[in-house]
Amino acid sequence: MYNAGKIIPGLLIFLGLVTFPFWSNLGRAYDVPELVMPEAEEECVLAGDWMRANHMILLDDWRDLAVRDNKRLFTNDAGKRFDMSLTKTCLSSQCHANKDTFCDRCHDALAITPNCWDCHVVPTIGEE
Amino acid sequence: MSQAPKPEELLRVSHIPPKKDWMDPRVDLVPGTWGYPGKASSLETLGLPNPREWNPTDEDWKLPPNWKEIIHEGLKERLEKYRSLKIFLDICVRCGACADKCHFFIGSGDPKNMPVLRAELLRSIYRQDFTMAGKILGTFAGGRELTEDVIKEWFYYFHQCTECRRCSLYCPYGIDTAEVTIIVRELLNLIGVNIDWILGAAANCYRTGNHLGLEPHTFKGNIEYLVDDIEEYVGVRLNPTFNRKGAEVLFIAPSGDVFADPGIFTYMGYLMLFEHIGLDYTISTYASEGGNFGLFTSQETMKRLNSKMYAEAKRLGVKWILGGECGHMWRVLHQYMDTMNGPADFLEVPKSPITGTVFDNAKSTKMVHIVEFMADLIHHGKLKLNPSRNDYLRTTWHDSCNVSRGMGMFEEPRYVLKSVCNNFFEMPENTIREQTFCCGGGTGLNAGEFEYLRMMGGMPRAFAVKHVQEKHGVNRLVNVCALDRAILPPLMDYWAPEVSVSGLTELVANALVMEGEHDRLTDLRGEDIPGMEGDE
Amino acid sequence: MAVWYSLLLVLGMSLFVYLGAGLLGLQAIFGIVVPYAAILVFLIGFSMRILGWARSPVPFRIPTTAGQQKSLGWIKPSKVDSPYTTWGVVGRMAMEVLLFRSLFRNTKAELTEGKLAYGSSKWLWLFGILFHYTFLTIVIRHLRFFTEPVPFFVQALDRVDGMLQIGSPVIYQTDVILVAALLFLLIRRLVNPQMRYLSLPADYFPLFLILGIALTGIMMRYFAVFKVDLLSVKVLAMGLATFNPTIPEGIGVMFYIHLFLFSALLAYFPFSKLMHLGGVFLSPTRNLPNDSRMARHVNPWNAPVKVHTYEHYEDDFREKMIEADLPVEKQA
Repeated sequence: MYNAGKIIPGLLIFLGLVTFPFWSNLGRAYDVPELVMPEAEEECVLAGDWMRANHMILLDDWRDLAVRDNKRLFTNDAGKRFDMSLTKTCLSSQCHANKDTFCDRCHDALAITPNCWDCHVVPTIGEE
Repeated sequence: MSQAPKPEELLRVSHIPPKKDWMDPRVDLVPGTWGYPGKASSLETLGLPNPREWNPTDEDWKLPPNWKEIIHEGLKERLEKYRSLKIFLDICVRCGACADKCHFFIGSGDPKNMPVLRAELLRSIYRQDFTMAGKILGTFAGGRELTEDVIKEWFYYFHQCTECRRCSLYCPYGIDTAEVTIIVRELLNLIGVNIDWILGAAANCYRTGNHLGLEPHTFKGNIEYLVDDIEEYVGVRLNPTFNRKGAEVLFIAPSGDVFADPGIFTYMGYLMLFEHIGLDYTISTYASEGGNFGLFTSQETMKRLNSKMYAEAKRLGVKWILGGECGHMWRVLHQYMDTMNGPADFLEVPKSPITGTVFDNAKSTKMVHIVEFMADLIHHGKLKLNPSRNDYLRTTWHDSCNVSRGMGMFEEPRYVLKSVCNNFFEMPENTIREQTFCCGGGTGLNAGEFEYLRMMGGMPRAFAVKHVQEKHGVNRLVNVCALDRAILPPLMDYWAPEVSVSGLTELVANALVMEGEHDRLTDLRGEDIPGMEGDE
Repeated sequence: MAVWYSLLLVLGMSLFVYLGAGLLGLQAIFGIVVPYAAILVFLIGFSMRILGWARSPVPFRIPTTAGQQKSLGWIKPSKVDSPYTTWGVVGRMAMEVLLFRSLFRNTKAELTEGKLAYGSSKWLWLFGILFHYTFLTIVIRHLRFFTEPVPFFVQALDRVDGMLQIGSPVIYQTDVILVAALLFLLIRRLVNPQMRYLSLPADYFPLFLILGIALTGIMMRYFAVFKVDLLSVKVLAMGLATFNPTIPEGIGVMFYIHLFLFSALLAYFPFSKLMHLGGVFLSPTRNLPNDSRMARHVNPWNAPVKVHTYEHYEDDFREKMIEADLPVEKQA
């Protein structure tokens, strides 16, 4: 072993960096963020499983349709009609009234900063 | 010029690779691109294995029966000895940045002259025999089996590399093909596969101290001829001393400068310079070779040949060593000598007796390059110079590979050259300084039978010279390497006729105003200096 | 052939996961066993390679000098390209590792109409450095799956990377650049006759593998059919990171392909040319100072050799030396 004084510390630094996810979580358990589901409503506009992965696409479509084409009515597979509105439909008092306990739980866990709130006002609970 | 085709034909070189996969080791020995084998007597002088009569064109190379085992063990031993070898074999990503940096690839178009493939010739064997992936996956992992054809291929292509290190400059990991070539030539020497021009020279250096095998009296006699010439052309009689104990400085030059035109004019320059400044120096007939053909043979041979310098310096009791103009000599002196044969604790840190400058950059090795020494003298105004004597020359500077990429000596020679010559023009920037091109014949490829290869390999250098010849009327290619002085003149005749070649000290001496000199009507070559005929 | 073999290998690996994790439902194998095994192989293999290199000494100090040496006081030395101090070497290595200094020198030699021209050729450098930095950024960005709370630097990097705010989810610039750079590196090998001639399966395979990792990731992020529930992915990832592995329900097979290909990359790494990551730091032509004449470098295996001594030499030539008036140690 030659130049151990430089090579070993270098190797240890590298190993330290690449194993960061392991040692930074030592002694911790991961608490899966719990989403507070609406009490009043049973069903979302589309299937819940689909919405978990794809809601951003739907919301994007809604925005474009509402803002650019002035279309505001959404009909789901079951024929049910909804107002295409994040604030009035999704975040209504019957559904996900509390952004903190629904939207943010996942978004924070995954370091996602959706640009919804650049325009939309976060509804305050108990209003309306 | 019998072997090499005409320049027009050589220019039609194609760089498109052939259909044949490179893993096929069979080679065509193109006449003019390979060397005659080392003579049995040379190998015996050096005590190297498998001395015999053989010929590369024969089917049977008379390898020892256990040659495969010797190569395998030899490679294993070198992997344990050289981290450079391990790293360079392991981490190449074959990005190809080195491909068109090699003068032999540019000139020949042979894909195995791309540094990356040259190294792959060894790397493929290494993979097959020493790595897990290669042992399991074989060819798919880039492995090849070691066969006699591989040995022949190595012989051919590792004597088409001049260890100039240009590829290593561009490699993102600094992979140095020179290291690979050095190791493969060592391996080949283990089974007696080598070329005469290297082995003969190495044997001569070992026995007589210099590569032409000049015995002590002849060596001295040759220098005395130069003294006579100086007397004739300059009008001053010099008395250099040989093997003199108690001198302050031991001077060692490449022995090519003692007997071969145009190196001899450089040697005359050394002698005049030392006289001019009154240096207390001596020349050794024992350590009479600066160059080291061991570098082209094996580390061990290099060390054996190099040992003479310190041994002689110690015996003569000098204070420090001054080295002449040479290329690979300086690669060895700068990067190997102290490690191999040091510490030189019996010498003093070099100090110029004329200017008092202490050469701290050589404080451990205690050997100074004559160009460093001259630059210091000129900087301190210690030389009486008349640069107009060189006005008939329009010069350009060839950076020799070894002092460029193995030492970093760029400014000193330019300073000296500009001080002694009024007309100086640089070649294009991609062909000078650290990016300089090899003359095409370093590392012992200066044998007559390599002529075709040299004309191809020297093409990039020659084209750069031709460029300044056409643009600025350059007629003199100045350099600081003995092999350059031997190799560049025919290269210039071939590609850029009318450009002559000389060492730097020759031009310094041309300009040097010696005490007691007569009218300098000729240069050191005995040729009339245009414009000086009626000069008073 | 080398190209097709490598491509087929990566496709075959993907199909293998599709069958295993998708159809046979062996998620525990592909979500837990394979990643752990790959990480172990990577950590141990990488360390072994470095230690293997360290076991061989550097017998000689052989830097490739790319600038003026330090010699006379009035000549300006090149502190980084021909370093003679430790800091100079650190600077040179930093330039090499962080900026790909040597590759930046790249030129292209062209022989046309009897003239040799050297053009600057920075494409390889550009796409090489883009590839490496975007890959690094993407790896760091993935830490959002392995940390809780997500550290500030990861969040910041994520935001910068999605700065253009195109689409939802926003497009990461690095995704686009990474794929473009990989394609450049791949096409270069295929189109340039010399590159094609010298490329081995070991050159194409990592390119296809990383391309496979990138494309599966991109499909999961941007294409509705392949989308997966990211929270479940985080649960799986955090399970691995906290040594408490679980397999959450309903993560699409695309994720397992992505994870498997990355695991394959990790496990392949130590046995391949990808070790240049560690090797570049140990390259003796770059990491040594150009001070060989100032300070003696010691070779640990420097052994005595048989030399032709002066005494022996004089014995060979004594008479001739005396005749030529050369001083001798012993008279005949």
